[in-house]
Amino acid sequence: MSKFKTLYDKIWDNHLIYSNDDTSLIYIDRHLVHEVTSPQAFEGLRTAGRRVHSPQKTIAVPDHNVATTPDRLTNFGNEEGRKQLETLDKNAKEFGVHYYPVNDIRQGIVHIIGPEQGWTLPGMTIVCGDSHTATHGAFGALAHGIGTSEVEHVLATQTLIQQKSKNMKVEVYGKLGKGVTAKDITLSIIGKTGTAGGTGHVIEYCGSAIRDLSMEGRMTVCNMAIEGGARAGLIAPDEKTINYLRDKPNAPKGKEWDKALEFWKTLFSDENATFDKEVSLNAADIAPVVTWGTSPEDVLPITEKVPSLSNFEGSKIDAAKRSLDYMGLKPGIRLQDINVDAVFIGSCTNGRIEDLREVERIVRGKKVKSGVRAMVVPGSGLVKKQAEEEGIANVLIEAGFDWRMPGCSMCLAMNADQLLPEERCAATSNRNFEGRQGRGGRTHLMSPAMAAAAAITGRLTDVRDL
Amino acid sequence: MEKFTKFQGIAAPMPLINIDTDMLIPKQFLKTIERTGLGKNLFYEMRYDQSGNIIKDFVLNFEPYSKSSIIVGGANFGCGSSREHAPWALKDFGIKCVISTSFADIFFNNCFKNGILAIVLSDKDRDTLMDDAQNTEKSVLTIDLENQIILRRNGDSIKFEVDDFKKYCLLNGLDDIGLTLKNFEKISEFEKNYTDKFSWS
Ligand code: SF4
Repeated sequence: MSKFKTLYDKIWDNHLIYSNDDTSLIYIDRHLVHEVTSPQAFEGLRTAGRRVHSPQKTIAVPDHNVATTPDRLTNFGNEEGRKQLETLDKNAKEFGVHYYPVNDIRQGIVHIIGPEQGWTLPGMTIVCGDSHTATHGAFGALAHGIGTSEVEHVLATQTLIQQKSKNMKVEVYGKLGKGVTAKDITLSIIGKTGTAGGTGHVIEYCGSAIRDLSMEGRMTVCNMAIEGGARAGLIAPDEKTINYLRDKPNAPKGKEWDKALEFWKTLFSDENATFDKEVSLNAADIAPVVTWGTSPEDVLPITEKVPSLSNFEGSKIDAAKRSLDYMGLKPGIRLQDINVDAVFIGSCTNGRIEDLREVERIVRGKKVKSGVRAMVVPGSGLVKKQAEEEGIANVLIEAGFDWRMPGCSMCLAMNADQLLPEERCAATSNRNFEGRQGRGGRTHLMSPAMAAAAAITGRLTDVRDL
Repeated sequence: MEKFTKFQGIAAPMPLINIDTDMLIPKQFLKTIERTGLGKNLFYEMRYDQSGNIIKDFVLNFEPYSKSSIIVGGANFGCGSSREHAPWALKDFGIKCVISTSFADIFFNNCFKNGILAIVLSDKDRDTLMDDAQNTEKSVLTIDLENQIILRRNGDSIKFEVDDFKKYCLLNGLDDIGLTLKNFEKISEFEKNYTDKFSWS
C-alpha cells in the first residue's frame, strides 16, 4: 500500500476497527436520524432489548414529512405524517438522543441542521438513513446514507459494516463566470460524468473554483455527489471551514477547539496520493444550467435547446424519449421558451441563508409573474429567522412568494406540498425523477438565482440577462 | 434474532415465476412505522379484492395454507425493489423458509438478515416439493438446517446447499448486530483509544 494517502484514506484508517476479507467495521462519530427511515430501527432495538449505544452522538429531527404551514403544530396535514412524528418524538425521548422537535426553532432539514448546530466536524464519519448525507462532506467529513437495517446497526453499536470505496478526484479549476453558482458546478459535473460516473467511489472535490466557494456552496456541491453515483463527496477543510465552525453550539470549545484545530490541519490528500479516477473541469466553461429531462444528468446550459433523439445512442435513446414525453417537451425548442407554473426554492441542496440572499438579490423590487405559484421553504428554523431579520423574507413576500415553515417539503412531496399532474416547476432541489415532486409533476433543476429569475419571467430564464 | 431451529410446517405452493417485491408488499404500506404487522398486507393485491374482501381461492387465504410457514415458489422469487418490507411481511405472516430455483439477490440477502431461510433447489427437486405442497396430504415438510435436508411426508429427504456463514448466523440467531456485538471488546477498546485521541469529537 502506498504511504501517500487521500483524505478519504485518512478518515477511513482513523475509524477502522477491524477488517475481515473485504468487509470492515468502522466507527461512526455522528448518526443523524429522521422520522421516515428510523421507526423500524428503534422498534428493532426495543424488541431485542437493546439500547442506543451512544445517544450523545445521535441527533434526531423530523423533516421529510412535516407540514410547512404556520399552523402545523395543530394541523399535521396527513395522518401518516402525524404518526411518524409522534413515533420519532417517543423514540427520541425513550432512547435519550439529541432531539429538535417541530416546535423548536432549531428544527429543519437534517443535513442543514447538522452543520448549523456544529454536529458536523472535519474528519468525522457521519451517517443518516438518507442518501443526501453526502452534504456533510463539505467539511471534510466522510458522510453517506444508509438503509434501515444499518440505522439499527449504528444505533445499537455506533459502528457500520462497510466495504472501502475507491478514490475519485474531481477538480474544478479557474474562476466561475458571472451568474454561475455552486449548483451549476455540481450539475455540470454530473452532466459530464453521468449519474453512474462516481459509482463505487468517494469523490474528493478540489481546485480553485471549489476553494473559492463559501461553505454553503461547498455543501451544495457535495449534496449532489450521490446524483453522480458516488456514496460520498469530500472537500478538505480550510480557513473557511474553521471560521464557519468556530461559534457553532456543538463545536469544541477552548482547549478542545485548539486540539481539534491541530488535527484538522492534517486533513488533506497527500500530494502524491493516487486516485482511481480523475476528472477535471474549467470553471470558465460552466454556464448557468437547467435540467430538461428526468435524470439529473439531463442537464444543459440555459442558452441551449431541448435535445433531439439523434443526440443519443443505445439505451439512452429510449430513456430520452421517455423523459421528453414525461416532461411534455419537443426537441429543438429553446430552453428559455419553456414556461413554468411553479417555483420551489428550498431543500438540503439550496435551502441555506446564502441561497435565500441570492434569491432576494434577483427579485428585489420585482414581482413574481402572475399565475406562477412560487414558494420558499427555508432549510431550518434558524435560516428562516435570519432571513426574516435580514429583511429577505419581506422582500420575497412582497414579490409574491409563499414564505413557509422549514422542512423537505416539495423536494420529495411526501407532505401536502406537491405539484399537480403536468405542472412544471423550476426547483432548487436535487432530483427530477418522474413523480418526485408529485405524481405527473415536471421538475427542472437549477440554482436559486435561476429559479428566482424563472419566478419573475414565468419561463426558464438566463439569470445573466436580468 | 431468534435461533433458527428444525421445524415442521405447512408448505404453500406458489408456482408463479417472477414474484416481485411489489406483489409481496405494495408501496402504500411503506409509510408504516413498524416492521411488524405487515403480515396482513403480504401479497395484498392477490389476497384482497378492490373493496378489501378476501379472495377465497388465493392459496394463503384457505386452510391449511393460511397457516403456512414455508413457501415453495417459482423462479426469480423476490425480484424488484430493495424494500426490506418484503421479508418483514413474510416473517410477520409466519413464513420461515422460502424454496425456489432462483432468487433476486437483494431479496435473498434481506431474507437471511431477517431470519428467513431461502433455499435454492434444482428444478427437479423443487418440482417434487411443489407437488407435495399442492397435495394437502403431503404438504407438511420438515426443514432441518443443521443437516441441510428437507424431510418429506413420505420419509424421503432432499439435500440443500447453504452458505456456511449464513447457516451459522441463522442457527445461532445472529443478525448483523448480534455478530458485531460479539466483537464488543474490540469496539470498546477502539472507542477508548479513539476518545483519548479525539476527546473533542
Ligand atoms: S430536502 Fe430533499 S433531498 Fe434533502 S433530505 Fe429532504 S427529501 Fe432528502
